Formats: sequence, structure tokens, C-alpha cells
Amino acid sequence: MDGMTQLQRQWREHTAYLRKEGYLDDQFEQLQKLQDENSPDFVAEVVSIFFDDSEKLLNNMARALEQKVVDFKQVDAHVHQFKGSSASIGAMRVKNLCIEFRNHCEAQSLEECVRCLRKLQYEYSVLKNQLEYLFRLEQQIRAAGV
Amino acid sequence: MSFLHVVGFGLKVGHLLLMLCCWIVSVISMNWFINGGIMDTKSGMFCDSGKMWLKWWEKISGNNCMIHHHYYQYIGSKRVPKTWWKKLLMTWVVGWLIVSLSIFWYMSLQANEKRKETLQSMCDERARMLQDQFNVSTNHIQAMSILISTFHHGKKPSAIDQRTFARYTERTAFERPLTSGVAYAVRVLHSERAQFEEQQGWTIKRMDTLEQNPVHKDDYAPEALEPSPIKEEYAPVIFAQDIISHIISIDLLSGKEDRKNILRARASGKGVLTAPFRLLKSNRLGVILTYAVYKRDLPSNATPNERKQATDGYIGGVFDVESLVEKLLQQLASKQTILVNVYDTTNLSHPISMYGSNVSADGLQHVSTLNFGDPFRKHEMHCRFKQKPPWPWLAITTSNGILVIAYLVGYIFHATVNRIAKVEDDYDKMMELKKKAEAADVAKSQFLATVSHEIRTPMNGVLGMLHMLMDTDLDVTQQDYVRTAQASGKALVSLINEVLDQAKIESGRLELDAVQFDLRAILDDVLSLFSGKSQEKGVELAVYISDRVPEMLIGDPGRFRQIITNLMGNSIKFTEKGHIFVTVHLVEEVIGSTEVETSSENTLSGFPVTDRCRSWKGFKAFSQEGSTFPLTPPSDSINLIVSVEDTGAGIPSEAQSRVFTPFMQVGPSISRTHGGTGIGLSISKCLVGLMNGEIGFVSLPKTGSTFTFTAVFTNGCSNPNEYKSHKINNQSNSASTEFQGMTALVVDPRPVRAKVSRYHIQRLGISVEVVSDLNQGWSNISSGNGAIDIVLVEQEVWDRDSHLSSLFINNFKKIDRRTPPKLFLLANFISTSRTSATTSGDNTPSIIMKPLRSSMLAASLQRAMGVGSKGNARNRDLPSLRNLLLGRKILIIDDNNVNLKVAAGALKKYGAEVECADSGSKAVSLLKPPHSFDACFMDIQMPEMDGFEATKLIREMEKHGETSVEAYDNVSNWHVPILAMTADVIQATHEECLKCGMDGYVSKPFEAEQLYREVSRFFQSVPNGNL
Repeated sequence: MDGMTQLQRQWREHTAYLRKEGYLDDQFEQLQKLQDENSPDFVAEVVSIFFDDSEKLLNNMARALEQKVVDFKQVDAHVHQFKGSSASIGAMRVKNLCIEFRNHCEAQSLEECVRCLRKLQYEYSVLKNQLEYLFRLEQQIRAAGV
Repeated sequence: MSFLHVVGFGLKVGHLLLMLCCWIVSVISMNWFINGGIMDTKSGMFCDSGKMWLKWWEKISGNNCMIHHHYYQYIGSKRVPKTWWKKLLMTWVVGWLIVSLSIFWYMSLQANEKRKETLQSMCDERARMLQDQFNVSTNHIQAMSILISTFHHGKKPSAIDQRTFARYTERTAFERPLTSGVAYAVRVLHSERAQFEEQQGWTIKRMDTLEQNPVHKDDYAPEALEPSPIKEEYAPVIFAQDIISHIISIDLLSGKEDRKNILRARASGKGVLTAPFRLLKSNRLGVILTYAVYKRDLPSNATPNERKQATDGYIGGVFDVESLVEKLLQQLASKQTILVNVYDTTNLSHPISMYGSNVSADGLQHVSTLNFGDPFRKHEMHCRFKQKPPWPWLAITTSNGILVIAYLVGYIFHATVNRIAKVEDDYDKMMELKKKAEAADVAKSQFLATVSHEIRTPMNGVLGMLHMLMDTDLDVTQQDYVRTAQASGKALVSLINEVLDQAKIESGRLELDAVQFDLRAILDDVLSLFSGKSQEKGVELAVYISDRVPEMLIGDPGRFRQIITNLMGNSIKFTEKGHIFVTVHLVEEVIGSTEVETSSENTLSGFPVTDRCRSWKGFKAFSQEGSTFPLTPPSDSINLIVSVEDTGAGIPSEAQSRVFTPFMQVGPSISRTHGGTGIGLSISKCLVGLMNGEIGFVSLPKTGSTFTFTAVFTNGCSNPNEYKSHKINNQSNSASTEFQGMTALVVDPRPVRAKVSRYHIQRLGISVEVVSDLNQGWSNISSGNGAIDIVLVEQEVWDRDSHLSSLFINNFKKIDRRTPPKLFLLANFISTSRTSATTSGDNTPSIIMKPLRSSMLAASLQRAMGVGSKGNARNRDLPSLRNLLLGRKILIIDDNNVNLKVAAGALKKYGAEVECADSGSKAVSLLKPPHSFDACFMDIQMPEMDGFEATKLIREMEKHGETSVEAYDNVSNWHVPILAMTADVIQATHEECLKCGMDGYVSKPFEAEQLYREVSRFFQSVPNGNL
């Protein structure tokens, strides 16, 4: 029981930390609310789809930016998608970066875009780590609960 | 445009005047030329001036042509330049100056002419008279010559001697008015001289010395004269009038003038005149007329020599011209005294003056020729006026008058032109200002629209966040803060929405929907919206809709609701006690009826109200009264009249005029106490206008106000018969069937309130009887027909007499029937109902809270009577997302898997069946009718085919598919609601959504409230059968 409460506390604290640092926003909370008996792993499912999508998109972006003649429109489309999905799961920092990225795409400045992509990759990896940690906690809680 | 007319008119008048002036000028000049031709003197000068005139004329007419040209050129253009006007004016001034000068000239010429004519006639008259008298004299002298020839020469001895001659001539002097004396000289040949001299007793004397040395009168002595030298013949005077008796014995042939005369007279046989010369003795100017006296009658063609031979003597008359002419003129002395000169002009180069002074006068003179019967001598009479010609006053005044008139006209013209120019300038300025003002107005509206939109977007964020904050763990204080913040935010958003509406209306961008809606449901909704507030304040709220108003109408429910909400909001704001009563009728009903409900007992709450008939007094549709019936389009068009009546503070009469002006409130204190922007009524007015209706009100301070508006909708029930059969049917028909066939008894003393209650109960399919008090009600129940299932008692009646009420309950219990009628109280306020509950103890009947709404009524009845499922009713009453979405089949289109999953999760949570697809083309194929989806949520930004395009295609399919799927189901009109999902909630996007056939939009991470708002819009009207 003690471990359970500790885990739960840890989970809460971590969630609060993610919120405070701006990694996640309300939307994530909304997602958590959508999770119920009918779909117990709803958040995890969504997030794993997000991860898959994101990696694909990041790779696409990187590849597009490496081209000799950079098609900024295509990059912009990728970033837009990334922004959409990050907004959907409430990944605020990633989303904000995407907005910045899109501005650079519009300005067609390759340098800034590449810099943004790096930042995005970094933020994404941090988010991924954080979320994975959160899910691990969740699983532990569930395991303990069962 | 009227300016142009004025200018045109001015031009025309000017042109007319100019033409007139030109015509006058031409007439005058023509006349003048004709006159000029007659003039025989100074013609050279006239010719010159004539040429000048012609030049002028050419110039003027050329100018005229130019004016014509300009005139026609400018009539098309808008403005006439000032410089042109100045030119015209100058031409006008100069032209008229010339005209007046010429008139002056012409008139003075005329005057001169007249003067000349007068002079001429006078001169001629004088000349003729002179001539006549002269002729008379000559004739007489001639007669005397015959006398002498007869009596002197013809008789031997002579019958005439000097004395006889002198007396005869003296006595016949009147016959010769112009002669001063007559003398007769006889022809004496030299051979006869001696005999003659002897016979006469004197010698013939010569005259020439006398002529050479003129003597003074006094010194004159004929005796001193020398005897005539020897000549061939002599002509000594033998008879003479006494006046000139001194010339007797003088040989006339010795006088130079007399000799010439005598010779000429002898040769011609006619009277002959001498040149004027100084007379002997009198020394006055005179002429002598000489006639020859012949021995016998000579033929008229006798030669001069024959005549000479036959000559016996010579008779001569002395004409003292000077005195004679003077005498004559004195006879003729008239007003116009003239100067007369008489000249002998036999020698043209040296005319000899016979009469008149040589006073030089002005140039005007007239010359008349005088014929004294001697062809050899020529005489002329010169006449001149003594005075200088008078000033030609008539000409001066006339020309000046014309000039003054012309200049006055010119001045008027000038003033008019100036005025027109000024007005035009002002007009231009006004137009500019108007444009500026309009631009400013547009800019204001745009600014309002932009700013309010810009504020609304972040405000939505704030509200959303606050909503989420509410869901988190908050303590009581925090929750209170958040609630306050949310309420303020909502107020702000609604205010912004109002401003945006106003701006939209002002810029004319507001358009009304045309969708099917249920009027009664909307009014129930609005009622429920205000029910909390009304209960708080203790104000009774009621809605009554006439049975004749169709179930379904087509129009813009949102805007209709906005109007009602606005009016009710106002009413509830200003009403502290009494009631707010909304009535909906067909216009035809109201016109037909003349019911007066103003007596205080007859109102809903018993408070006096204003006469609502007066609120629609000003409506156009009513002004023709009965005649509107045929005018209202038949069948489909439904003309509603809605009144909102309250018993509030009323509007002060001084503020009534600006009630519908935006941002106008009764006073600054009102906005402090009641809040609000004062924009609502103005928006309502605009909306009513858009619905082809009119709005009006009547208000009495301290009594209340009634706002009434009309609106035109289309009948939503395609078949009026169908509507009649389902009249009772409403959206809560699940309940209505349960109550079908029941009978209710309403105990209410107020007919109006009873009518409202009856309306609501009847909507559930229950037939209603109304009685005014409990006793009567009881007798109705116990009368035995036993059909009454429900008894509804107005709380007022119930509380009035607790004894009677308890008796009633006791009686009620005694009713021996399978199903005793249920007793309900219709209560207004929570507080009073509670007190009544405590007093009545266990016997308290169920309470139905007002305001009555069919759904709420149904729920209460169901609860009390145990029919139907409670949940159903409650769900209906408190609709939620889950309610709306439960069991709905929804298609979600998004290319983003994460978004898809999240959206699907959210919708699933609300009980919807969700299907997902990740591209627009898939959506199109899935939504090809027939299909089973209730709604579609579509992302806008998608690769390949975006949301707009997909929607357009789907709508296209639905349109074309209609015919092919006619037989499929009973769905006649495929229109699947499509909602856009978009991250950026911008007005433009929203409008584009609507344009390509979408029904609304939701922000991408779903916000529960917004989702509900959008979904409820069309799921409410989706028939239940689709569930």
C-alpha cells in the first residue's frame, strides 16, 4: 500500500512537473479524462501513435532540409502535421516550437529551420523520455493495483 | 442633379436674353441703315459708321455663336467654370452698353430729324407765303401796266395824270402788300425828248450820279440832279406813288440796275426783277419789278425787237424787301422763332443778302427756293432756329433705363451664378464630408468587427482555461474566484458578440439562415434560461403561443432567439415584481380580435400592464387594418407577432424616442445599476428588420413596458393538414403519447394565466377544463363524469384559504376511484412553496414550478404519476453532450493519426459510434448517399484533398443523389452535418466553412462547451427516427 501511494505521489508530482515546465498542457489532461474502463490504455495508445508519427515526421523533415533545393512547402506540411498531433496530445513545448518552425519555413530561412529542427528533435526526445517514464509509473501503479 | 437643372435653366434664360438683345440690336441697326440711306448730307460719315457697325455686329454675332458653342458644350459637363461666366458677364455688360448707346444715338437722330422737318416745313411755309404775296403784287403791277396802256396811252388825251396815278396807287396799295411804291416811266426817244420835256414841264434827269454819290435823305433834292445827257432813248418817270414821287422825271435808263431791268422787261414782256440794291432816299434794300407796257397786244412768240418797237413805257414796283419780310414774319410769329435770311442767288458765287442778319447759328438750316416769277433771278430763303437744339432727354432716359435694366439683369445673373457656384462648392464639400463620414463609419464598423474578433479569440482561450481550472482540485475560495472570472469572461464575450453583431449589421454583412425550427421549443429554451433569474426575483414568467402558429417554421432560429432573449433580458432587468409574459400570435389573429386585456384583474400576475395594442399602433402592416389580409402572401408565409409584456419600471417618456438607438440608455445611472451596453434593442430592431418585421413598444413608467415585434417566416410543415392532426405533437413527443386522452382541471381565477396553463398542458395532449375556484373545481370533479385525471391548482388559490385547501385535500382522498386524480400546485417561488409545504404538512400536493414548459411539465407529471421513464424526461430537460451524441454514428476525417485517435476517443466517450478515415477522398466515398452517418467531423488542412474540397464534393453528391435514392428510406433530403475541425478559430475560416457547405466548426482539441453548442444546433432538429 505504501509503495502504491508513493508511486501515485511520484506520478502526480511528475505530471505536475511536466505541466509546470510546459512539456504538457491541459489537452493531455483531457486525454487522461477520456481514458476509462472501456479504453484503459487510451493515453498510451495515442501517445505511442504520436511517437511513431513524430519519428517519421522528424526524419522526413531532416531529409527534406538536406535536399539541395529545399522544398519549404513540404517541410511546412510536415511541421503542420507535427504541430497538429502535438497539439492533440498536449505537448505544448513541441507545439510551440512547431509554430516557430513554421514561421521560419514561411520566411524560407534554411539556417533557422535547421536550428529549429535540432531543437525540435531535442525537445521531442526529452518529451519522449518524460512520457515513457510517466507510462512506466502508470504501469507500475496498475500492476500494484492489480 | 437639381443643380444641373438650375444651371441649365440659368443658361437658357441668359441665352434667351442675349438673343433678345441681339435681335433688338439688329432691328435698330437695320432701321438705322435705312434712315442713313435717306440722309442726304454727311453721308460719308454715316457710311463710315455703318461699316463700324457691321464690324461690331459681326463681332457680337460671332460671340453669340461662341456662346452657343460653349453653352452646348457645358450643358453636358457638370460644372461651368467661373472664368467663362465672367466672360459672359463682360460680354453682357459691354453688349448692353453698346445697345444703349446706339439707342441713344438713334433716338437723338430721330429728334434731330423731326426738328429738321419742322424747320423745313416752317421755312417752306414762309417761302410760299412770301412768294404768294409777291406774286399777288406782281400781278397787280401787271394789271396796272394794262391800266396805264389803256388809260394813258390808249386815250387821247390821257386819262391819267400824276395826281390820279398817285391817288389810285395809294388806294390800291393793299393789293400789293409787298410793294412800297409804284412808278411809271414812259419811253421817250431822243427825237421826242424836247417835245416831251416841254410837254411835261421838266427836263429828263439822270440817275447815275446819284448812285455814285448817295445822298442823305434830308439832303435829297431832285432839283439838284443833273439833266440827262443825250441818249438814244430815255425812260423818265412820269407817274409815281406819293412815297416815291421824288423819282419823277428821273431817267430810269440812266440807272445801271434800272436800265438792265428795263431792257430785259422790254425784251421778255414779263415781269423782271432787279438785284437788290439800296433804294434812293430810303437807302433800304429793295428790288424793283419792272413790266413793259406795250402799245398793242403782242403774241407770246414775238421777238425781242418787235417788243422793243411796241414798247410804250415801263411800270415798276419797288419792293422794300427788308421791311416786307419782317412784316410777313411778324404775321407768322409762332412759338418756334426762327431766323430767316433771304438771298438773291442769281450769281451763285456771290449771293446777295436781301434780308436777315448774319448771326451765325448752329449748322441746322433749311433752304427754300423762292420763285418771284422772274426766271432770270434766283432767290433763296435760308431758315435757322434761333435757339440751340434742346437736350434729347427722352433718348437719354430711355437708353439709361435700358442700360440700368440690363445691368440689373446682369447683376442678378451674376449673383445667381455666384450663388450657384457657392452652393456647388458647398455641395462638393458636403459630398466630401459625407464620403469621409461614411468612410469613418465603415472604418469604425470594421475596427469594431476586427477588434471584437481579435478579443473574442483569446477570450475563448481564457474561458476554456477557466473551465478546465474549475475541474481541477480547488478549494472553495479558489472556485469562487474562478467562477467569478468565468462569469465576467462570459459577459465580456457576449458583449463582444453583441458589438460584433452590431458592426456586422451596420456593414450589412449579416445574413439570416433559413432552417427549420420549432418555435415552441425555442421559447421553452429561452424561458428556462431566464427561469433562474425570475425565480430569484419572484417574477412570474410565462409563454403563450397561439394554436394557429404552425409547429415548424423556417427561418433563423438563432436570431429569433436573440431577439426574444434581448427583450426578455431587458424586461427581467427592470422588473422587480409582477410578471413577464411572452405571447406569440399570427398577425391575422391580432388584427381580427379586439380583445382588451388592460383591466388589472385580467393580467397574468394581477399587476396592471400597458395596453399592448398600442405598441403595434405604428406598424405598417396594421395601418391598413383589414386590407392586409389579401395582401399577405398565402399558404407558406407565416407572419408572427410576438409581444413581451412586463410589469417593470417602464421607460421614462423622455427616453422613449431613443430606445432603439445603439448605446443609448435611459440614463447613466441605469448602466451602473443594471449593466449592459444598450446595444441589444438596436440589434433587435435590425434583426426584426431583416425578418421583414417591425418592432414597437408602449411603456408607462411604474406600470411596465410591452415590446411587440412582427416577423415573417415560412411554414415549416409542408402540409397544413398534417400540421393540424399533429397539433399537439411537439419535440417531447415521447411524453406526449403517454398523456394522450387525459383530462386536466385547472383551478385559476385569472383567465390569462389559465390560458397559459391550458396551452402548456394541451401541448402534452391533455384536454383541459378551467374553473375559477376550488369549490367549483370540486363540484366539477365530483360531478360524476369522472374523466378528470389531473387537477392543477394555482398556488395563489391554494394559499388564500388554507382551510378550504385542506378540505379540498380531504375530499380528494375520499374519492373512490381506481385512479384518483393527481393534485398539483402551480407554484411561482421556491420560498412560498416551502412555507406552504410546512403548513400543509403531509398533505402537500406535488408542486410544479413555474415557468411552465412542456418538457418540465411532462417530467413533473411523469414523476408524480409514474408513467414513462423518468430518465428520459430528465435527460431531455438537461441535455448534455452525452445525450446528444449517444448512439450517433460519426465519421471523423483527419490525416493526422494522433488527432484522429484523440477526436475519436473524445466522441466515443460521449457515447458516439465513431468511424475514422484519414483523407478527404475517403470521406467522399464514405459519405456517398445512402450511408448511415449522422454527422462528420472534418479536418480542414489535409494533403491531396482538403476539408473544403471534400465537403463541396459531398454536397454535390447529395444534391445529385437525391433523385437516384428517392426510393431509399424515407429520407427525402440528404444533408449530413459536417463540422470543420480547425486549430485556428478565425472568423474568415468560419465563413469559408459555411460557404462550402459545412455546418459549423469546432476547435481542434475539443472544447466541451463549444462542441455542445455546435452539435446541439443540428442534432436537436434531427428527427428521432434517426436514433
